[in-house]
Amino acid sequence: MSSFIAALLNPSMPFVRNALLAGVLSSILFGVLGTVVTVKRIASLAGAISHAVLGGIGMALYLSASNIAPSFPPMVGAIIFAVIAALIIGVVSMRAKQREDTVINAIWAIGMSIGVLFMAKTAGYTDPSSYLFGNILLISSTDLILLAVLDVIVIVLVWLFYPQLEASSFDDEYAQVRGIATDVVFFIILTITAIAIVLLQTFVGIVMVIAMLTLPAGTANFHSRNMLTMMISSTIYAALFSLGGLFSGWSFDLPVGAMVVVFAGFVFLTFSLVGAMKKRGGKAS
Amino acid sequence: MAKGPIILEFDKVDFSYPQADVLEHASLHVHQGEFIALVGPNGAGKSTLLKLILGLIQPTKGSIDLYGTTPKLARDRIGYVPQHADYDSNFPISVEEVVRMGRVSPFKRTYSAIDKEAVDKALKVMEIEDLAKRPYRALSGGQRRRVLVARALSASPEMLILDEPTANMDADSEKRLFKALGQLKGNTTVLIVTHDSTFVSSLTDRVFCVGDFGPSQKARRVVQHNTKPATDAPVELFGGQALKVLHDSELDPACCEQEESV
Repeated sequence: MSSFIAALLNPSMPFVRNALLAGVLSSILFGVLGTVVTVKRIASLAGAISHAVLGGIGMALYLSASNIAPSFPPMVGAIIFAVIAALIIGVVSMRAKQREDTVINAIWAIGMSIGVLFMAKTAGYTDPSSYLFGNILLISSTDLILLAVLDVIVIVLVWLFYPQLEASSFDDEYAQVRGIATDVVFFIILTITAIAIVLLQTFVGIVMVIAMLTLPAGTANFHSRNMLTMMISSTIYAALFSLGGLFSGWSFDLPVGAMVVVFAGFVFLTFSLVGAMKKRGGKAS
Repeated sequence: MAKGPIILEFDKVDFSYPQADVLEHASLHVHQGEFIALVGPNGAGKSTLLKLILGLIQPTKGSIDLYGTTPKLARDRIGYVPQHADYDSNFPISVEEVVRMGRVSPFKRTYSAIDKEAVDKALKVMEIEDLAKRPYRALSGGQRRRVLVARALSASPEMLILDEPTANMDADSEKRLFKALGQLKGNTTVLIVTHDSTFVSSLTDRVFCVGDFGPSQKARRVVQHNTKPATDAPVELFGGQALKVLHDSELDPACCEQEESV
């Protein structure tokens, strides 16, 4: 514990403070967006978007290294792929629901494959695993600013449109009858989730970002009265898991992203087990 | 009894999904304050007809007039109770919050005292005030359906559309539902869908049936049937009062006095 606190206070180690701040800022996105993703049951959509991101990163690295588009930022490539994936999935989900599963899996696989192919042809060594599993200690001040801006956007949108979000999440058809443009709500959710995934993958990586969008919210769902309390509880859980993962990762020299997800998964499974035992106890009595 | 003005009119409506033709030459009209039963076998197109009234889908041919305009523009005057009541069983929401959804509008962020009053009234009419703070997920199937009716009523609708509200409903909930609908009769136009084609509630003024195939033999048409008091209906049906649908009768769609549309 003391070595971690010493590192936090050490002026020559700003990356540790950045990592801590990133953990806190990410928690808001994991908590709020995670709640929406969980109650709308679009985790598989978010999973496909997060994996398609690798295609954009690979493309950016290739264009940059081959001087076709020098200094093309990987984050821009990732956002382009994420938003395109979100739009395709959104259209298919609304217009051809029966094909949704196939398209989700296709985008998931094609996005990753494009990324691997681009990286294979990129001059020099490019390790996909650094993107797949993330590295919180590499987070820059710009990343922090972007995370903070997206946090503010998400909080303001939820504050402004909570009743519409709640109605369309609970019963999309009824919300439509009440005049809510549910298609627009759905596209906004997918687009913001796509952009958030790009920013959040720096923290826990592409593979694990989906776990953090579902596990804290899933844990909070066991005891939340409504979507608002679920958002608040899952933000607190996400912050605790992030800080726990950061501390243990630092202390035991382990990958932080993986530690965060292990904590989140352990707590979720414990809640599930206790919930199942309570249910069984209730039935028995 | 003099009928109110016509509020809903289907004029030779056809509707097809990409995979199947559903309705053909559907013509019907509903007067303000009427209690209409829409019957027909499963999969005949009853829910499709409701979706057309709600403006969720558009006719392939023909036109629909609702309150003098298109269904899409008039649907805020309608309270809708969908067929399914089993949403995500883990969705965190209280009964009161579900009922309050009836007051939601595209850009309103908060609920006013008038909204609160409408929600309280709807909870009272459906006799579920004691359930208001309970999680929706903790309710039985029958209780959930009554909550969804309360949600529709909280919108203070001029027309109430219920899609098979008694499916999987216990006798007590069904009795309470029809007691509440009886209180609305005359003031609110009610359109209730049921897959039980034999009996309808005694509150019913007219019965429409989505049944026989039209001239193309691919899509069904809508006909109006006569009814008579039922002597052989199960007592638990519709709170104990039922009418028998005479499927061998067919009334002219324009059989009742046509009055000026609203």
